[in-house]
Amino acid sequence: MSGASLAEVARLPRLAIVGGAMILAWIMVALLAPWFAPFDPIEQDLTRTLLPPNLQHWLGTDNYGRDVLSRLIWGARLDLQMGLVAVAITFSIGTVIGAIAGYVGGFLDTLLMRLLDVTISFPFFVLMIAIISVLGSGLAGFYIAVALVGWVSYARIVRARTLVLRQSDFVLAARSLGFRPARILLRHIVPNAIAPAVVFSMSDAVLYILLGSSLSYLGLGVEPPTAEWGVMIAEGQTYIATAWWMTTFPGFAIALLALAFSLFADGLAEVLGTST
Amino acid sequence: MSAATSAPLLAVRDLAVSFHTPYGVVRAVDGVGFDLAPGEFMGLVGESGSGKTVTCRAMLGLLPNGRGRVDGGTALFEGVDLLRMDDEGLRRVRGRRIGMVFQNPTSHLDPVMSIGEQIGEVVRLHHGLAAGAARVRAVELLRGVRMPDPETRIDSYAHQLSGGMRQRAMIAMALAGGPALLVADEPTTALDVTVQAQILRLLLDLRDSQGLAIVLVTHDLGIVLETCNTVAVMYAGRIVERGPAATVLAAPRHPYTIGLLGSRPGAFPRRERLAAIPGQPPGPGALPTGCAFAPRCGHAEARCAAAAPTLRAVGDGRWVACVREGWS
Repeated sequence: MSGASLAEVARLPRLAIVGGAMILAWIMVALLAPWFAPFDPIEQDLTRTLLPPNLQHWLGTDNYGRDVLSRLIWGARLDLQMGLVAVAITFSIGTVIGAIAGYVGGFLDTLLMRLLDVTISFPFFVLMIAIISVLGSGLAGFYIAVALVGWVSYARIVRARTLVLRQSDFVLAARSLGFRPARILLRHIVPNAIAPAVVFSMSDAVLYILLGSSLSYLGLGVEPPTAEWGVMIAEGQTYIATAWWMTTFPGFAIALLALAFSLFADGLAEVLGTST
Repeated sequence: MSAATSAPLLAVRDLAVSFHTPYGVVRAVDGVGFDLAPGEFMGLVGESGSGKTVTCRAMLGLLPNGRGRVDGGTALFEGVDLLRMDDEGLRRVRGRRIGMVFQNPTSHLDPVMSIGEQIGEVVRLHHGLAAGAARVRAVELLRGVRMPDPETRIDSYAHQLSGGMRQRAMIAMALAGGPALLVADEPTTALDVTVQAQILRLLLDLRDSQGLAIVLVTHDLGIVLETCNTVAVMYAGRIVERGPAATVLAAPRHPYTIGLLGSRPGAFPRRERLAAIPGQPPGPGALPTGCAFAPRCGHAEARCAAAAPTLRAVGDGRWVACVREGWS
């Protein structure tokens, strides 16, 4: 639990470095998609449908003759974005609610925690689908649903840490120096409280990537013809017996990205001395 | 003791603090009173649980939330009563007029903020300096507490510093607002002996150079003898003896102070047993009606159990709370 410096990054466990490198690689792929992708991801070529992997189309083509590799690369943009934006939203909301509930305490704490209990009492996936079916499918609906449901874990984690830190010696020292409660909370408690939440957010990102592609697979997320891994799997499942490459490669991509975040989370947990 | 004759910086009278515990209400501090002159270095001595720390924290409104409560008394500091102040007023006193140094510098520094940022934060809050000027000031403050190589150390985190350097950093933080009074709650207990001496030397120099008044909470009478002008001895939430440190420790008059001095090992231990005070201090929930020390006192008489004796002047600026003083 300290400010990260280069020396400390060098002491990260090997798993975290491998995971971090994989995440960075995926981010590079996503950012440089226009240069990496050999073909347009949505342009159809009905003369070249369902080609198996070959020298021109390394991962084959789909039922509309689109290049699977190009769709995979462009899909990385969306899937990575869904994971990272969803985590950013839930992390921020959850941290604010958890810190305020833990620090202020009393009636406000009770109110927020009962709200949390109600949210948690619904099965996560069912609640997400219910909200999205009201809001309509698409990325905006996905993010709003995530914001409404996903904050609870972060609120719990940060509140628990805040309750401990509120009684800590350095908070007493900060009070003895004349700081206001708001400053103590923001500058001294929250930075110390978020370490376990940061670790959790990495494995949470995996959840949102899987969730985003699952919803797209079900037709509730990103819509065809946009290149997204869940959409690709949904489209490919009809051809799974004849064109295995349409579903297998996006499946691998999801697994690899999820693995990257999981490894990084484990390594980070080791460094920060927390467990998820 | 020219300092003791001028108008007091801090005048505490009849301070009473109680704690609300699952076992009932417990009186932790009862009728504590003392004066502190500008530039005076006072030792507040007593066993664990005698109410030293509670006395200091009560003055700054830093009792544990919802449990500790000030029941009465006054603490006039620069003419205002700290015990009647609202939160806003206390925040203007804390850090700016009264600085506090704690026992364990490791846990009292924020682990994820560099010490320069922490000192700078105080300077910016109380003196409204911009970030750049605050950093310059933080280096000055660190140099003032004799932090080695302050320009580099300013960017260190607490875990990168030794115990002595952490305590210097915390003293720099406490001084950053330019206080007139420094409350040091066992500042050297967590440090080894050589560092202890350096920190005490530093406190003495700060008193001399800045005219800082210091309340030093400790259980080490040797430290009091070496550093303090005056001393107040606490037992079971009350001050039992108070006066100039040199005379009180050379010729103690309260039986508890006598016992405390007798139970100190010398610098060159002889082959004799330390004279321990028999018995245990009373738990705060089980105070006897009369003098709290009577059950352990070799001079206890029937009248000791009748009522708790109050502090009485016995000459030479000394005060003792014992029935054997002032009545006989």
